[in-house]
Amino acid sequence: MTKIQENGDINIELRDIRKNYGPVKANDGVCLKIKKGSIHGVLGENGAGKSTLMKIMAGYVSKTSGVILANGKEVDFKNPAAAAAVGVGMLYQDPLDFPSLTVLENFMLGQPRPKKKRAPDKKDYLKRLRRAAAKFNFRIDPEAHVRDLTIGQRHQLEIARLLERGVKILILDEPTTGISNEQKETLFNALRKLASEQKSVVLVSHKLEDVQTLCDSITVLRCGKVTGNIQRPFETDAIFEMMFQTKPQPLRPPDVNPGRTLLEFKHLSASGGAGLKDCDFSMRRGEIVGLAGLEGSGQSVFLRVAAGMASPRGGSIFLRGKKMERKNLHDFQKRGVAFLPDDRLGEALIPPFTIAEHFILKRKRGFFLKQKEACAKAQEKIDEFSIKGGPDTLAKELSGGNQQRLIMSFLPKNPSLLLLDNPTRGLDPESARMVWEYLKEYSRNGSGIIFSSPEIDEILMAANRALVFFDGAVVKDVQTRDTDINEIGRAIAGDMEYNADY
Amino acid sequence: MQTIEGIPDHIRNLCVIVIAAVLFTTMVLLISGADPFTAYFHIIKGSLGSWRKLTQVLQVWIPMTLCACGLLYTFKMNLWNIGIEGQIIIGAVFTTAVLRMGMAPDFPLLFLGLSFIAGILGGSLWALMAGFLKTKGGVNEIFAGLGLNFVAQGIVLWLIFGQWRRPGAASMSGTELFPRELWLPHIQELRISPLGLFLAVAAIFVTGFILNHARAGLKFKAMGENSAAAFLFGLKPDRLMIGAMLFAGGFAGLAGSIQTTGVYHRLIPAISSNYGYLALLVAMLSNYDIRWVPVVAFFFACLNVGSIQLPMVMKIDSSLSGVIQGSFVLSAIAAQAWQSFKKNRSMECDGQHDG
Repeated sequence: MTKIQENGDINIELRDIRKNYGPVKANDGVCLKIKKGSIHGVLGENGAGKSTLMKIMAGYVSKTSGVILANGKEVDFKNPAAAAAVGVGMLYQDPLDFPSLTVLENFMLGQPRPKKKRAPDKKDYLKRLRRAAAKFNFRIDPEAHVRDLTIGQRHQLEIARLLERGVKILILDEPTTGISNEQKETLFNALRKLASEQKSVVLVSHKLEDVQTLCDSITVLRCGKVTGNIQRPFETDAIFEMMFQTKPQPLRPPDVNPGRTLLEFKHLSASGGAGLKDCDFSMRRGEIVGLAGLEGSGQSVFLRVAAGMASPRGGSIFLRGKKMERKNLHDFQKRGVAFLPDDRLGEALIPPFTIAEHFILKRKRGFFLKQKEACAKAQEKIDEFSIKGGPDTLAKELSGGNQQRLIMSFLPKNPSLLLLDNPTRGLDPESARMVWEYLKEYSRNGSGIIFSSPEIDEILMAANRALVFFDGAVVKDVQTRDTDINEIGRAIAGDMEYNADY
Repeated sequence: MQTIEGIPDHIRNLCVIVIAAVLFTTMVLLISGADPFTAYFHIIKGSLGSWRKLTQVLQVWIPMTLCACGLLYTFKMNLWNIGIEGQIIIGAVFTTAVLRMGMAPDFPLLFLGLSFIAGILGGSLWALMAGFLKTKGGVNEIFAGLGLNFVAQGIVLWLIFGQWRRPGAASMSGTELFPRELWLPHIQELRISPLGLFLAVAAIFVTGFILNHARAGLKFKAMGENSAAAFLFGLKPDRLMIGAMLFAGGFAGLAGSIQTTGVYHRLIPAISSNYGYLALLVAMLSNYDIRWVPVVAFFFACLNVGSIQLPMVMKIDSSLSGVIQGSFVLSAIAAQAWQSFKKNRSMECDGQHDG
């Protein structure tokens, strides 16, 4: 820590930052110093509090307590604009841009207007955008619509925009999720160039590899607290210990004896997002299938069609041998299909209802509410799934992890097919582990399971078969024991040459 | 579930709404050159000044309460049953049809009973049409209801000037009076029917019970709060939508029956007296809470009856009551918008928990 102070100016410093969401302490007394001209990594598991800390630094989230110092002076960012004025800008996990506008229009948005001089017009901005793109080797067409860009390109656009805005400290939240290796290389080179220009870069990631290659120093967070600060050269074991306390036992997917054919798609196509194009697929009982791909590449549509929530445009679905034609979600449910959407409050729960009221809805019959009975049932499930809350707790008051536990508690005892859209999104590690344990249990009992996840490691860890989606098509279908992270990563990024080989 | 803690908040809101509405109305009165306090005095005197006035207020309160109760079912599902006017009208038409049958005067009680059932069926039928247009055809219930209101109004005029016209000359004053045996029994002098009053009170209790203590009410609310999740829970959106519409239409049709048999004793073109539209306002101003419906409906009834004599005593238009009612609702909506704005802003600061 003292070393950092000796080596140069401290541009920004966070002292004892705390952020509480109800009973949840997302940040619990975090201190962080960012040195000018350095690349600083913030490492931690999902739910360690990295994003919250960064959003506080960028003025997007207000802190519960603590102090932010910019060049030694205390600052209080009320909103992102205030942070940008000081020179702090953040690239969010989901880029906050306007899909229906062009690249150039997005680039121009929010740029400060010089007080006295002539305001720059579209031509000036086009010049500046081209200059920035050339400097960092970004490949973005100014006239393209943002909705047609890949995530990596959207990141490039946002970085160019923030720098034009005069940002000196650039925060990047998980920028390597869902981009191709080539784009990652471009990104890292750009970041190194920025650091050499005495700008600071803060890289947030849960991927040790990225942080190790790029960063000069690392801060590790666990459960909202700093567990270590280290400088180059890094010792992998030491970092692991800071991240997980003990080196994690690598989870392995369970061995399964696939049973009879459970679900079959024949030449199935559907619309929505990237859609689903001529998909042939078949799975057996007991299999756990992980769907990989960039968000919106067809995984969600796949799951929704398999759940009977979206009707296919062409082709046919067979469920346990029966052709499911003109059937809706409820018919699929009757045949043992259970679907868990990824938007928990938006699609799976009724936010202003209590846990007990959810169980009243769940009950099939009865005219009266029977509050007492429902409370007892709710309490039973609350204990079984260790949900932090009581029968009277409103669904919207639960944390993400507890919402997911509640949704899992609604599942029937013996579903034949379990469909989960991004089941660990935003979950703390403990809740995520619980999700995987339950899934394994279901698989042992003979249920077929299909889940989607943006994390390749998760798929390799929990599934015994992986399907990779690109632009609405399944471009890869492998057993997880026969593949590795790089192979799947290339397929996700749509490495067509590679896919053609396959 | 409505909580006890919710009440003080609501009362505070109500105070803000009342003050804002009174200020606005006072402004309108001042601009039109009338003395606001005299106007308010006459409204109060004209509605609560005597037993007779009070019964007139109750006469208005009955259909308004019935309709507002019905509307709570649809509002819980986020359905805007604008078609309630037409549902009252068709309820009245069905009622009249039964009472015009030849042997009706010979079995007055039987036919009165039948006419009420017919009224409920008529209102439900009209609501069902809007419901099916919504669930099967994807037509917004507001437009469907609005269209059906015009159709209902047309049917009434056609009947009054056609099939059911008075012997001699058809007129806007409506069909011929029913024989006295077919009038809803009412208390002498006071012109109020105990049965109507009983039905309105019963509607309050039934609605309160279904919405707060039966699974059906919870289902309606679940659909309104999150229809996607409700569907995942196995609820049937179409069926629930039709169900809520049937409740609303049934209560509105019943209101139509009471207006026909208990108040006008005939079918008149303005049989609904716009009470359906007013009931929409009543439901909104009650914050969709059954406990407030009778109170707000009573208040609106007072305004309605009290402002009748304003043109005579003060030479200002009786539509003033419309201005007052309208400004109450606008203030209420403004207050609600402000509340949700505040809530959203505080959520923006706290709701970003994914790191």
